[in-house]
Amino acid sequence: MSGVRVLVGTRKGAFVLTGDGKRKQWNVSGPHFAGWEIYHMKGSPADPNRLYASQTSGWFGQIIQRSCDAGKTWETPGGGMTKGPDGMPAGESNKFVYDASPQTGKPLTTHQWYDGTQHPWEFKRVWHLEPSLTDPDTVYAGVEDAALFRTSDGGKTWQELAGLRGHGTGPKWQPGAGGMCLHTVLLDPKNAKRMYVAISAAGAFRSDDGGASWKPINQGLHSQYIPDPKAEVGHCVHRIALHRSRPNVLFMQKHWDVMRSDDAGDSWREVSGNLPTDFGFVIDVHAHEPETIYVVPIKSDSEHYPPDGKLRVYRSRKGGNEWEPLTKGLPQQDCYVNVLRDAMAVDSLDPCGVYFGTSGGQVYASADAGDSWAPIVRDLPAVLSVEVQTLA
Amino acid sequence: MIRVVLPPHLRTLAQVKGEVTLDVPGRVTRDAVLDALEARYPMLRGTIRDHVTERRRPFLRFFACERDLTHDPPDAPLPEAVVSGAEPFLVIGAIAGG
Repeated sequence: MSGVRVLVGTRKGAFVLTGDGKRKQWNVSGPHFAGWEIYHMKGSPADPNRLYASQTSGWFGQIIQRSCDAGKTWETPGGGMTKGPDGMPAGESNKFVYDASPQTGKPLTTHQWYDGTQHPWEFKRVWHLEPSLTDPDTVYAGVEDAALFRTSDGGKTWQELAGLRGHGTGPKWQPGAGGMCLHTVLLDPKNAKRMYVAISAAGAFRSDDGGASWKPINQGLHSQYIPDPKAEVGHCVHRIALHRSRPNVLFMQKHWDVMRSDDAGDSWREVSGNLPTDFGFVIDVHAHEPETIYVVPIKSDSEHYPPDGKLRVYRSRKGGNEWEPLTKGLPQQDCYVNVLRDAMAVDSLDPCGVYFGTSGGQVYASADAGDSWAPIVRDLPAVLSVEVQTLA
Repeated sequence: MIRVVLPPHLRTLAQVKGEVTLDVPGRVTRDAVLDALEARYPMLRGTIRDHVTERRRPFLRFFACERDLTHDPPDAPLPEAVVSGAEPFLVIGAIAGG
């Protein structure tokens, strides 16, 4: 029987929500890694039992956790269940060191700091883990300060893809209020060499050679908060999404503006249309309808909650510009939660399920492509990320 | 044997309960204790000291014998009571956050 597994990262631990095919009955497991911030959890498309989690702490730094049994047990790759000669857990999983080796020719550079001065890159945490589409042991990690790392041994060791920071615009990147994070990694399902990343506040970037070299893809973005609103980099992109059947079409929720590209990011046009506000964080695409997209409008960059105290998902069935509010089952008064950039996902059942988590600890699910909603859980810690696995 | 008390989150991560006891060869300094700790529990690398700089993470402190040793040089000898095992070496997480 089919079902879904919703992976929820929160400020105080991880939760695994398992639902039946109707998405009515749910089992809640957690908190895993209680007390730690879980920025992101995601399963391998090649092996749904293989999960990865980014466990992080202001006190103790970054840990990568891995599960090989769908979240029942976890290990730090190379350690945990693996014992050393003296019976102790062996291995480490948390070493993210920027590549400054002469072999790559990419010395550690600096980026722009809040005061306009140049500042060295300093690793803080992993924001996003993107498992390979074909290999459970290969995972990409988007980190703060912005860079892209990859493991090909199941998370034991991580190597930076230094061509991203080294391609030339790095000194112009700058942190947003949340830090300078690489938060989006998209792998092209039709072209194994093509991938996209997005960075706040630098913009979107594309590689056509498996991550070795990169170029900014921000033409058409317009950001009033940078000196040159049409600059090559400096844009605060919040999230990018694509549909697997049509990976050259990208949708973007920027700091302000919802954008669309029909040429793999070479150019963008605004599709905010009739949204009540085009500020927001999440954006996602229906699993079976490539022109159906979802956003959650947020009032403004200084007021991170829904307009008018009404939590509304907006859906466009035309790839943008024309949007309809989806409100059934969502609070329509006195609601002042936020929905962060990695906190929306879809399943691939029919009808498509849509899920999102809030800063108030609710995880809402729709089993009818957004027409109606119900909370799976209401009182988790603030939700940082939501991912969904569709189970056979 | 050197006795080390870890904060609860690091005990969970290292899969230990209570104090950790370590055999620290040679001169017993803070760095020597942390080297021995990380050798035995590799998953703790990077959680107490930065991977690259090996500097203390900002929200951690080191106490022993009712003294704050955080700002002592990392290669300074630890108190004799820690060396003898009479007193533990404490890794403390700062009281902060919510």
